[in-house]
Amino acid sequence: MTELLIRGADLNGRGPSDLLIRNGRFVDPSDAGRDVDRLDADGLIALPGLVDLHTHLREPGREDAETVESGTLAAARGGFTAVLAMANTTPVTDTAEAAAHIAALGARDGYAEVVPVGAVSKGLDGIELAELGLMARCSAGVRVFSDDGHCVSDARLMRRALEYVRAFDGVIAQHAQDPQLAGEGACCHEGEISGKLGLSGWPPAAEAGIVARDVQIAELTRSRLHVCHVSCAETVDVIRWAKQRSINVTAEVAPHHLTLTTSEVLGYDPTYKVNPPLRPHEHVEVLREGLADGTIDAVATDHAPHARHDKEHAFADAAFGMLGLETALAVVIETMINSGLLSWSELANRMSIMPAHIARLSGQGQPLAVGEPANVVLVDPSARTVVDRDASASLSRNNPWHGRELPDPVVATIWAGRVTYQKS
Amino acid sequence: MRHLLSAADLDRNQTTEILDLAEEMSLVQERPVKKLPALRGRTVVNLFFEDSTRTRSSFEIAGKWLSADVINISAKGSSVSKGESLRDTVLTVAAMGVDALVIRHHASGAPWQASRWIDAHVLNAGDGTHEHPTQALLDAFTIRRHFRRTVPDQVSFDGKTVAIVGDITHSRVARSNVLLLTTLGAQVILVAPPTLLPSGIESWPVLVCTDLDQVLPRADIVMMLRVQQERMSGGYFPTPREYTIGYGLTRPRLEAMKPGAAICHPGPMNRGLEISADAADAANSLILGQVAAGVSVRMSVLYELLGGSE
Repeated sequence: MTELLIRGADLNGRGPSDLLIRNGRFVDPSDAGRDVDRLDADGLIALPGLVDLHTHLREPGREDAETVESGTLAAARGGFTAVLAMANTTPVTDTAEAAAHIAALGARDGYAEVVPVGAVSKGLDGIELAELGLMARCSAGVRVFSDDGHCVSDARLMRRALEYVRAFDGVIAQHAQDPQLAGEGACCHEGEISGKLGLSGWPPAAEAGIVARDVQIAELTRSRLHVCHVSCAETVDVIRWAKQRSINVTAEVAPHHLTLTTSEVLGYDPTYKVNPPLRPHEHVEVLREGLADGTIDAVATDHAPHARHDKEHAFADAAFGMLGLETALAVVIETMINSGLLSWSELANRMSIMPAHIARLSGQGQPLAVGEPANVVLVDPSARTVVDRDASASLSRNNPWHGRELPDPVVATIWAGRVTYQKS
Repeated sequence: MRHLLSAADLDRNQTTEILDLAEEMSLVQERPVKKLPALRGRTVVNLFFEDSTRTRSSFEIAGKWLSADVINISAKGSSVSKGESLRDTVLTVAAMGVDALVIRHHASGAPWQASRWIDAHVLNAGDGTHEHPTQALLDAFTIRRHFRRTVPDQVSFDGKTVAIVGDITHSRVARSNVLLLTTLGAQVILVAPPTLLPSGIESWPVLVCTDLDQVLPRADIVMMLRVQQERMSGGYFPTPREYTIGYGLTRPRLEAMKPGAAICHPGPMNRGLEISADAADAANSLILGQVAAGVSVRMSVLYELLGGSE
């Protein structure tokens, strides 16, 4: 069995060492045999493989936009060794069979661990609970449940879901969007720009209001709540308050909400149409601070591939969402590391350790230490590039970073000892 | 001028030029043979994703009187439901070799997107709840004529006050008029219940008032906006009756208007709701003049876009 020796990487930002991988695990580097592949990592930083709590892989149903294979290849290129595949496929992942199918696709085609997210409600209809327990008990071992794309707006259903998943340490990941305050047409942060452009407004109150309700229900039920793609300052305040009360709540922020602002929408380019919408600068600042102080636990991409024709409608008619897997680390380095808001070990916490912990993934987010699964990403902290959407492994091209200069950090990604990506 | 997408595309000189040319074009309407050869051999397509008999026929007549070949394409029933993207529809039409595309769309911004995909001139004939620049031009044309009854060579609107009353949030007429009337020097006052005032209005170059009766005695022009059917059931105000009492141009309010002030309405009117029959048909109502001005102004705009370029 070939071994892989990674030489001289700065472990998690704490000083250079060697890493030896054998049979998918880290072993003592002084123990290297003769048949060893070497990877020179001088000047590189080794981080635990990144874990994305929020990926849309589109398979089954929209294999023209993304497949498990193309999506996880994009994940590997972005430094991820595990992705949680959202349930809003066709069919919806709302049964044990559907969840097992996703996991099997991942095992067959994946360049990263594919962990299915189960729907909270049957068909994402927000009315009846899906078979949460059977999904938890099946081979896929689902722990994260979400109707993402839709809010579980019925307070009673939300309460039952939170209560029910406590039996198997599950978590409800809420897409917080009050459908009365921000209906289906809502497509632009409500404010000066929405008023000027004549786009239907999506006010922060529609997000923070649901989160304020849900943390109360989480306290009532003593259950685990996770808040998807926090987009506004008001929500950060609510989560900070809930954490001070020791309510069991975690939260994620998407890379685009850490950088891009509402003004991107001024030209009506649907590339920048995303749900929740891009917010003004002052929200971006608060999200960065929230991620830095741990109020927001994790970065999650909300990677949302769309076929080109689904983005070539009028802004109000076009699909929501943007790509994120390949650029997430670059954006976080740019906004959080290069600005001094996060250290490398804190970045590893927000992009690997915490997401793995929230999703209860035992083989991910582990220390780069002997005996642990060999999930690692090697990072060049100084390389930069101009993002080219056509250079993507994704089948889709709705890349908001196209043409922008960003860090180009990922040199190699290793998942369970297997090199899933190596920069040429 | 390459496209006319927004009233903000026009500065005061360009606006005045278009309005002056529209005055000349209006003379054509008085001739027995209403035809100029200016755009002979040019093709104008009215691409309407949303019904609008009034605007479409106005553009059609304008193009025809300038001798352009005018084709109407109705793309109603959203392209999304037909499975065709906006880009495909626009490229398909443009591929036929058109010189100008007049676009009406139910979604804000569609003409902006179209203008990035094709070489033809794009004219915004109303996009969603965003803009309707030729409506603002014809309103300005009508208002200027009204002012010229007392000052014959009136060019700017400096010192004049225009009140726009009604559903500002969902009105493309209001957005374009705010931009254009302000460019011409008028002080615009927007009057509506707070539920029908758009977010971010504090940054607009206007005054905002929720009390029509405070504004009426100060306005030289009172422009009433149509209340759309879907707003009546949308909870924006309790009942049509309450709206009329608060914001309708009723007969008693006619009396309260500033002497010499005039009334506009972009049509179609809900008589008895936002405007009383007395107001609509009053001697100081400019409403029919607005319709007539539509053709002259659109002739002028088509000429500005297509006349110079070969």
